[in-house]
Order: sequence, then structure tokens, then C-alpha cells
Amino acid sequence: MMPTDASDLELICPAGTPAALRVAVDAGAHAIYCGFQDETNARNFPGLNFSRSDMATAIDYAHRRDCKVFIAVNTFPRAGDIELWRRAIDDAAALGADAVIVADIGILSYAADRHPDLRLHLSVQAAAASSECIRFYTEAFGVKRVVLPRVLSVPEIADINNRISCETEVFVFGGLCVMAEGRCSLSSYATGLSPNMHGVCSPASHVSYHEANGEFVSRLGDFTINRIPANQPAAYPTLCKGAFQAKGAIGQVFEDAVSLDASKLLPALGRAGVKALKIEGRQRSRAYTKAVVGAFRAALDAMASGTEIPLGVLKQLSEGQSATCGAYVKTWR
Amino acid sequence: MKSTTLTLGPVLFNWPADRWRDFYFRIADEAPIDHVCIGEVVCSKRQPFLADVLPDVIERLEHAGKEVLLSSLVLPTLRREARHDAELVNGRHMVEVNDVSMLPAVAGRPHAIGPFVNVYNEGTLEFLVSRGARLIALPPELPRSSIEAICSAIPDVTIEVWAFGRTPLAISARCYHARLHGHSKDSCQFVCDQDADGAVVETLDGEPFLVVNGVQTLSHTFCNLLRDANDLVNIGVSSLRLSPHTCDMVAIAQLYRDVLDGRRDADDAFLSSRDACPSATFANGFTHGVAGALYV
Repeated sequence: MMPTDASDLELICPAGTPAALRVAVDAGAHAIYCGFQDETNARNFPGLNFSRSDMATAIDYAHRRDCKVFIAVNTFPRAGDIELWRRAIDDAAALGADAVIVADIGILSYAADRHPDLRLHLSVQAAAASSECIRFYTEAFGVKRVVLPRVLSVPEIADINNRISCETEVFVFGGLCVMAEGRCSLSSYATGLSPNMHGVCSPASHVSYHEANGEFVSRLGDFTINRIPANQPAAYPTLCKGAFQAKGAIGQVFEDAVSLDASKLLPALGRAGVKALKIEGRQRSRAYTKAVVGAFRAALDAMASGTEIPLGVLKQLSEGQSATCGAYVKTWR
Repeated sequence: MKSTTLTLGPVLFNWPADRWRDFYFRIADEAPIDHVCIGEVVCSKRQPFLADVLPDVIERLEHAGKEVLLSSLVLPTLRREARHDAELVNGRHMVEVNDVSMLPAVAGRPHAIGPFVNVYNEGTLEFLVSRGARLIALPPELPRSSIEAICSAIPDVTIEVWAFGRTPLAISARCYHARLHGHSKDSCQFVCDQDADGAVVETLDGEPFLVVNGVQTLSHTFCNLLRDANDLVNIGVSSLRLSPHTCDMVAIAQLYRDVLDGRRDADDAFLSSRDACPSATFANGFTHGVAGALYV
């Protein structure tokens, strides 16, 4: 495994809308990831994503500025209805996407057969967490890059990079799944809607709030996810970030309301052979996208020129005003 | 027509070795189960405890006519975990693959796909079958409509549905049992052995919601498809999976067998399953395409 030079690290940025894409391109993204306006992508939220003609315009805008566009087709097709997902792959190829980000084995097989020149990236939703797993995807489908699940420490990532033939991409900022991605049915257990099948997690359509006895209560489906004093700011009731009780104690059983900020690990990730750094948040505002992309690009530029990396500027953008390095640091487990 | 088979999934919880052995001995002697998937799939740190009793258990099950399958880990990330899984393939038993990392090792020979591999549609199923998959357990969150579409597209393999027991919902690198006890995963002191059916997680309203089992999270409710079983068979399901708990699994298996064989009315069997598993709240929402916690 070769360490990745700072100047070769790619910054992969989210875009939920054409306007956000232009903002991210202008703020210094090396590549944008985005999805079509349907359940083929894992951020299938109302008002988000790209029509086919939006996508054509967006790819043109990005390519003129030397920025790549990756199209996420990363939910698991509904049985009996695979055509919708296959069409997304066909259209991504026809539109000139620089890669498609895919999780489903059947869709990978289809893309590899029908579009041998289309670059395949393995979505984090496939949760490929070992070199053996990654080798399956590279050998069976010619996958060129794997987005690693957020369950690995930096030394484990380095070990994986020593033993595989494709590139790796890791999340460095934004929402933090505490479960192995693509292998979690918590949302559908409470609401009937899941990331894998519907492209949503803890969907707003199933969230409700009310006040009771001076407390602000957040619910998801039929379940209370949090109760806090009514005068405190409430976090969105994502199921795995909720407060519960177990073994006689009350607390965040799974994860605190923190978000991922691995900015101080960027040099270590480069040394571990990671090729690309990914920012989560296709559902975020343009202002957020501009600030985060700008800050990470400045960090990469500082690394490349050997100057000190500006840290902490991202803190105020994190959920709940606190951040974690997540599984990248082994003690998180 | 081939009759619908019953599969006993692996024990997901950290049971002491003698309890684990006695459980399987009783299954061997008394339960009308066809396939028994065996092995520690949740946490590799627990695997050494079972190694001593595993050969006796396999022998007893096979002597009783059960087909034994060796189940692989759900989330192998360490090299020693990869080595453990790789060794499963060297034996004479069919392997149940619970993570994609095992697919290269089993390619070209008959194997099973466990419920932890994402088989959401006929396209993925077709690929896996072309490489030797013979028995495929579908993910527990799949609705009936998807199950039907998958079964009708590829009728020649055994399609299995999660039919009884707490439903696995998530797997993580983080150990929630250790976290509940204020330990790190590396010095967990095996506190998961205190909860033979998982540690209950309640909402702040005091409503039981989930259970944690080391790095795994499961539903608090027990999936119970006794009243859905014959409908599932009619749409092409050919095996039902029962997941071990401390309740009377022999009685549960007998109820499923009786309903599948038409010896017992499903409503009546469902009522009897409450006696076999008195502390359980039952659910079947996933199969009906609604929240998994519901019973429809």
C-alpha cells in the first residue's frame, strides 16, 4: 500500500439539488455525488435530487470546472420492480457520469455486464468491511473504489488498503451511522420505511413532537425517541441517537447526538492509503455545503503545501455542537 | 410437492457452553427441525467457548437426521475472524454465508445464504444462485410482495423466511452491552452472558422497544408467522426459520410443523405459542409491509 499524497486526495462532496452542486463545485470539491429523483438513491427526501435534465446540466457544469460527478444508485431494488434501478444505471452511463455508486449485487452485475466502461464505486450501503469482502466486489464486478463503512479504525483501514487492488473512500464529516450501513432495519422496525428499501432513515413523515409536563417529547412512529426539558434545543429524532433506558439507567444507548468530524485525522487517513474523503449531507443547505466543502478543501490545500491544518472551524456546523472521530479511533467501540 | 422445511438459526446470544450443548441435544432428540445452522455469528470473542462442545453437538444433531450447516460471522473485520470463517469451508458441512466476504470461498460449491446478506430482489438472488447458493434466507424486513416476486422469479431454490424469534435489526462495530456496563469492547468482561435473550432497551415511557446483544441490536418483539405460514408457502416460500430463545423451542418447532402439515389450525397454534413463549410480545409487521414492531 502506498500512502496517498495530500495533493492526490480527492474531496467528495454531497449535492441534494442543482444549486447545491454548483455551490460545492465552486467551493473546491473534486467530485460531487448526487442521485436521481426517486427511490433509487439513499437520500430519497421530498424536494431533493435531480431530474434527468437537471443531471445533464449539472454534469456539464461540473465537467467544465474539472470536477467529477458520481451518481448514487444505492438502494436495494424492490423485487419485481428492478427496471427502475436498471434505468437509473443506463441513464447515468448515457449522461456521462464519472461513476455510479451502487450497493446491490444484482445491480452491480447488471452494470458490469451492460456498461463495462462505466466506473463502479461500491456504496457504503454495501458495508464492505474487510479485504475479503472488497475482493469479492473487485473480482466479480470490477469495482474501482469502495466507500468504507463507518465501523473501521484507521489501522484497520491501512491493513485493508494493503490487501486490495482498488481505491478506498471514507466519510470524514457529517451524520454518523453507528450501525454497519445497509445492514440496519431499525427505521423500518419503527416506521415501515427503511434506508435499504426506501432510501430514508427515521423519516420526517413519521416524526411527531408534543409537550407534556414541561418536557418536549420526540416520537418516531409509535415510539418515544427522546424527552428533554421544553426550553432546550431538540435534536432530530434519528432512532439510533435517541435516549432510552436499559439496565436501570437512562441515556443514549447507541450513540450520543454527535456528528462525525475526522478533520484532524486527514493526514493519518492519507498515510493509511485512503484515496478519497467524503462529506455526508445531501439533505443539507447550500450554506452548510459551502462552509464544509470550503473548510475541507482549505485543510487539504494546507496539507499539500505543508502548512498547519486549520482545525475546529467545522465545530459549529456539527449536530448538537459536538463531534466525534467515531470508529476511526478504536476506543469508540 | 416437496414439504416446507424448518430451519433452526444459530443461537445469537451468549449462552454458557453447557446450556448451549443441552439446548441442541434436546433439539436433536425432540424437535421436528430439518436444517440446523450452528456457530457463533455475532461476536468472535465468544467463539472459543463453544469450540469444545461443537463436535458433540454436531454429531448428536446428525445422528438424529438433521442437516447441519456452519454459519459464518455477520460482520468479520479482523484477520483472525477471516481465518475462522475460511476454516468453515474446509469441513464436510454446507456453510451458511452471513457476510459477502465469504462468497469467494464458497463459489462453485453448494452453500446457503443467511438472513444477514442483502438479498432484496430476484436480480441478486439469480447472481448468488449462479454461484452455488441453494438455500437462501431472505432479510427479515422484506414484505410479502417482495417475497412473492423473488419466489416466482426463481422457483428452483429453497427460499427461507424469518418466522420466529427476536428479529435482528442492526450490527455495529460498537458493543452496546459493554457500553451499558461502562466497559470498552476490548475489556467487555463478557457481560452479554447476563442476558440470555438480549438486554431490554425501553423508551423513556417505559415501553420495551429493542434488545441489545453485544454488537447486535434486535427487536424486543418476537416475530411470529404461525398465522402467515401457509400463505407464505402458497406464494413459494419453502423453508421457515426459527431463531433460538430460552423459551420452549421444541414446542415452537412442533407448532410450526403442525400448521405446515395441516394438523393444526393456525389461530389455535398461535394461541398455543403464547404458552410456549409466555413473556414474548409477537409481531409480523415486516411481512405485512408495515412497521416491523406491529402485529397485523
